[in-house]
Amino acid sequence: MPRRGGPPEVNAGSMADIAFLLLIFFLVTTTIETDAGLDRMLPPIEPPDQDVVIKQKNIFTVNINKNGQLLVEEELLDLRDLRNRAVAFLDNGGDGSCNYCKGGKDGSSSDNPTKAIISLKNDRETKYATYITVQNELVGAYNELRNREAQRLYGRNFTEMEAEFLNPETPASIRDDLKDKVKTVQDLFPQKLSEAETAASN
Amino acid sequence: MGKFNKKKDGDVPAVSTASLPDIVFMLLFFFMTVTTMKDSSLMVQNTLPNATEVKKLEKKDRVLYIYVGKPTREYQKVFGTEPKIQLNDKFADVSEVGDFILMERAKKPQELQNVLTTALKVDKQANMGLISDIKQQLRKVNALKVNYTTYEGDAFRNLQ
Repeated sequence: MPRRGGPPEVNAGSMADIAFLLLIFFLVTTTIETDAGLDRMLPPIEPPDQDVVIKQKNIFTVNINKNGQLLVEEELLDLRDLRNRAVAFLDNGGDGSCNYCKGGKDGSSSDNPTKAIISLKNDRETKYATYITVQNELVGAYNELRNREAQRLYGRNFTEMEAEFLNPETPASIRDDLKDKVKTVQDLFPQKLSEAETAASN
Repeated sequence: MGKFNKKKDGDVPAVSTASLPDIVFMLLFFFMTVTTMKDSSLMVQNTLPNATEVKKLEKKDRVLYIYVGKPTREYQKVFGTEPKIQLNDKFADVSEVGDFILMERAKKPQELQNVLTTALKVDKQANMGLISDIKQQLRKVNALKVNYTTYEGDAFRNLQ
């Protein structure tokens, strides 16, 4: 018999059960992690208007064959040594116009980091995993040098500054400040990584 | 007051569970807000390679995904074991990549159309030939910003 005074109270005892059920559902379907990877820019499809003449010594050629072996500057090289070779090439400063370079100033290697180009070629049968490892090492070489310069100029790592700059949660005032710093360091060692279309055609 | 028995010493009072639903609801709302539902189920094997120099892909609304890998076991009978491209929910040919990018780009708001990134989620075992073809297609439709999605880890583990 219901009470006269008012509506009967709803039993809320099973509310927790229902909420738990929903909670477990969302717990199971949640993926919080964000993807991460190597950012690259592809070259535009239109060829440049005029042919640019690049000195052979400013090009660092990396060839990957279908067995995953590397041919760097016409020599077979172990993948583990690639990063150091790339750093030495970029940091060479052959013509003495680069005042922050600490390389060997070898006349037969790159003139200036802003002129140095890394050319990457791969075979159609190269494994993707090998390609990513090579890309990783080359990007690593750039990051190593940029970190060094960022430490010298601003006392912190370039990669850290860039990550903070790209993070949308960073306040705008800090982002503006970082933008200039990131740009400055990037310009000291611009990433010039050229990829030929595929080895079969040339 | 004789109705109530006097509590014996050492008897622990019952913990009130009345606020339990509140706590659970709080958790529920947290997970509801951070959840992102998977929009397409994977039809290809997708073991990504490792890399150390990674950058995070922020802002998921500006990312288009292309999956490449061997078809999973239930699709192998029909599609074979050679690496295939998956766009949204179906297998596609290399020539369809350009159209896919253009279509997806048209769906995005105007201000995002020029800042889209293409995330290539490629299985370790795939060959570069296929990837080069995809890259060529992307260049044709001027989708030049790519991200080779990887796991974070020692890159030399890829070689084993």
